[in-house]
Amino acid sequence: MGMAAAEAQFHVLAVDDSLIDRKLIERLLKTSSYQVTTVDSGSKALEFLGWHDNDMCTKQELISPKINQESSNLRNIPVVIMSSENVPSRINRCLEEGAEEFFLKPVRLADVNKLKPHMMKAKGKNVQKNEEHSPNSEEEEAEIEVEINLESPSQAQPQASQTNSNSKRKSVEEGRLSPDRTRPRYNANGLTVMSS
Amino acid sequence: MLGLSVERLRADMNRLLAMLFHQFLQLQQLQDESSPNFVSEVVNIYFNESEKLLRNLRELLTEKEFSDYRKMGSHLNQLIGSSSSIGAHRIRTVCLAFRAASDLNNRTGCLRALEALECEYCYLKNKLHELFQIEQQRMLAAAVRYPQNNNP
Repeated sequence: MGMAAAEAQFHVLAVDDSLIDRKLIERLLKTSSYQVTTVDSGSKALEFLGWHDNDMCTKQELISPKINQESSNLRNIPVVIMSSENVPSRINRCLEEGAEEFFLKPVRLADVNKLKPHMMKAKGKNVQKNEEHSPNSEEEEAEIEVEINLESPSQAQPQASQTNSNSKRKSVEEGRLSPDRTRPRYNANGLTVMSS
Repeated sequence: MLGLSVERLRADMNRLLAMLFHQFLQLQQLQDESSPNFVSEVVNIYFNESEKLLRNLRELLTEKEFSDYRKMGSHLNQLIGSSSSIGAHRIRTVCLAFRAASDLNNRTGCLRALEALECEYCYLKNKLHELFQIEQQRMLAAAVRYPQNNNP
């Protein structure tokens, strides 16, 4: 397990239903040497994170240790939100629910530079956790961050609840004009979610 | 836009053109050897998407029994988002007014806003084409002045 360049290990998952914004964010992130995955919906983001529909509906911590491990891994993914509009009430709610930061679109390189500290912090937490769970493991999980677009109407809204009471983060209220829609938050080893 | 003096209008347009140009420059900074056509790709996607959205909006509003303001709002949100990303602030501004009319189920207001939007879009498309032409000329001039040298 070598010490690869720090940036190469950082992976960002960007969630946005706008093709233009996906292209832009991908370019911004690649220019900053991040590994990037873009998806156009919340459900695809969940799939990517290894979270399947049927898993979401069960109290998985009791049923499947593997999923429980995954869910606790997912717990540390930093989430960043983005929007083309500045709606303080919505933004504050997301931040209160645990989003790290809000970026106003168009997202700039300066914004992308702000991701690193969150990822480093999450990485620090994960190193500790990995040592606890699998001290002999040779794996180095890629650091991931997720970015989420607040406006995307096509983001699927799985209805499952976060079952693990250790989770600091509850479901995020994503309100465009309908504040009753929720999107689960995920933390993972080094995964950062950027969502619009 | 009615009732504004010519000077005020021109000042507004200059300011918003500057914002468009600024974002255009930002996009250019992201263009490099690994992604040489980034700006034109993004702008073309914007044109395609916007034209489709504008068509949808017009179709919705010309429906005899039109009532789906929510759908209209959804199209507008998309246009607002992509216009922001491209730096098309005039379009964004008109969209916001459009959306406000839509939220009030004001069909007349929506129609007026749509017409303004279609105008703005034409204007924007022309400006972006101009920017591209200027950029191409600049690149051509640079290539002529500093021809590629294959010798190490």
